[in-house]
Amino acid sequence: MFRLPDRVTAWLLLLPALVLLAAFTHWPAVATLFHSVMSTPKKNRPSRFAGLDNFREMVADEVFWRALWNNIAFAVGTIPLSIGLAIVMALWVNSRIQGRGFLRLAYFTPTVLPMIAVANIWLFFYTPQYGLLEQITQSLGLPSHNWLGDKSTVLGALIIVAIWKEAGFFMIFYLAALQQVSPSLAEAAALEGASRWQYFRRVLFPLLMPTTLFVLINALINSVRMVDHIFVMTRGGPDSASTLLLYYIYQVGFSFWDSGYAAALTVVVLVALGLVAVLQFGFLERRTHYQ
Amino acid sequence: MSTAFRVAPASRALETAGAWLLALLWVLPLAYAVWTAFHPAAYSTRFELGAPLTLQNFVNAWNAAPFARYFLNTTLLVAMVLAAQLVLGTLAAYALARFEFRGRELVFALVLLQLMVMPDVLIVENYRTMNALGLRDTILAIGLPYFASAFGIFLLRQTFKTVPRELDDAARVEGASALQILLKVYVPLARPVYLAYALVSVSYHWNNFLWPLIITNSVETRPLTVGLQVFSSTDQGVDWSIITAATLMTSAPLLIGFLLFQRQFVQSFMRAGIR
Repeated sequence: MFRLPDRVTAWLLLLPALVLLAAFTHWPAVATLFHSVMSTPKKNRPSRFAGLDNFREMVADEVFWRALWNNIAFAVGTIPLSIGLAIVMALWVNSRIQGRGFLRLAYFTPTVLPMIAVANIWLFFYTPQYGLLEQITQSLGLPSHNWLGDKSTVLGALIIVAIWKEAGFFMIFYLAALQQVSPSLAEAAALEGASRWQYFRRVLFPLLMPTTLFVLINALINSVRMVDHIFVMTRGGPDSASTLLLYYIYQVGFSFWDSGYAAALTVVVLVALGLVAVLQFGFLERRTHYQ
Repeated sequence: MSTAFRVAPASRALETAGAWLLALLWVLPLAYAVWTAFHPAAYSTRFELGAPLTLQNFVNAWNAAPFARYFLNTTLLVAMVLAAQLVLGTLAAYALARFEFRGRELVFALVLLQLMVMPDVLIVENYRTMNALGLRDTILAIGLPYFASAFGIFLLRQTFKTVPRELDDAARVEGASALQILLKVYVPLARPVYLAYALVSVSYHWNNFLWPLIITNSVETRPLTVGLQVFSSTDQGVDWSIITAATLMTSAPLLIGFLLFQRQFVQSFMRAGIR
């Protein structure tokens, strides 16, 4: 029977996936760079080479800087807390605590909800006067506060939503890692007279390091990607106090239809993701094995 | 933690209380939404034990927007994306796992690149491409950028590598073609991974929002997430009873599926996360 050479078969198997990857990942990444140095086409003026004009506009654009700082604050506020909570949740759910079935359910449920639904639920939760939060603070005699309408609290309010959504998801990875840890380690540590805290600090936490790095990479990517809730809860306001980079790209690209500037903004996001990749390959790759 | 350590009963009780408090805190926003959705508007923010239950909010929400159509669109989208991802991912993973050819490492690296640079952030350029292809405002355009999934290829490659080569060789000696070997040997052995991947993919695309928002423009193509956003931001003003009912309705299939198959869900997400 006729048989294709192995390498021909291999390329044929790869072809459909590679074509689509090239069309919707590699090409757009390259095209972003190209379009970031082109002007946005207008009615009577086709797109032309604009050099660094878009980037000069960016440096002078206050909203861009605010979006960048907001995004950094969002990442710094979300990541350590959600990872810390995830570890605690996993330790609890993995122990012989009472009602662990319910606990696992409660922690994990936000993960399966659409972010849009989550945003609606929390918008209601935060609503002045009617929201549950207001009802609680009022019953404690605290003054009314518009959490999403105040520049100084809006980002914090969104960070809490992100932590709520993500912690249970990260918990799963820690749970998987904890189940690989041999119970004899804990017994040996206990025999040696170590406290539970010492066992966690000196044995368990170092063992969980690959998981932590994996989760960290995911969390960093998510902090760039997660903007759905902004559409529902704040639309970037008040006064761009809750605008994140990807949301700003959406506004510039699809509300102001300024595709050249949107491409330049996308370059910033690609650079940020590139830094995450450097972190991953400089750090994670050395410790975990893909083979 | 483990039972190996001797812990005072008081501190154990304290810990249990902490775990439960956190769980209740975690359920609170959702529980509040459920309360509001299942009670008449008069009780939406008043908590009384005897408050009458009602499904009227769901009926009103269902009648106020074309949710049936949105459900259909999302179902079509999710099924289409999953089918394409499984087929393309299986073929590519097989090539990367079991074939020797020049440039394999480079191809694998190019595939992995998508784990970092997801289509989610390339919205401006992908919109341009869809426009050029004449695909704007179609369900196909929502799914197309996700058909080739680096995550799926990676996961299946790892799995295929664990299949003993002897099985492969034996089938080869009997004259089976590459595709036959793939379908008869590899795919059946990877079944749990397929299930895990399917659950992750379905929940991702059921919930996806930004790209569908950009690329769709009509009732005929809009998925549930975009439909819900359009509905709650324009039509309703601030009728929370109806909005929370619509919100729960759109999340219901995944939520109910999760409650019924909790163990499989959690295990699938775990399996998908272990590298």
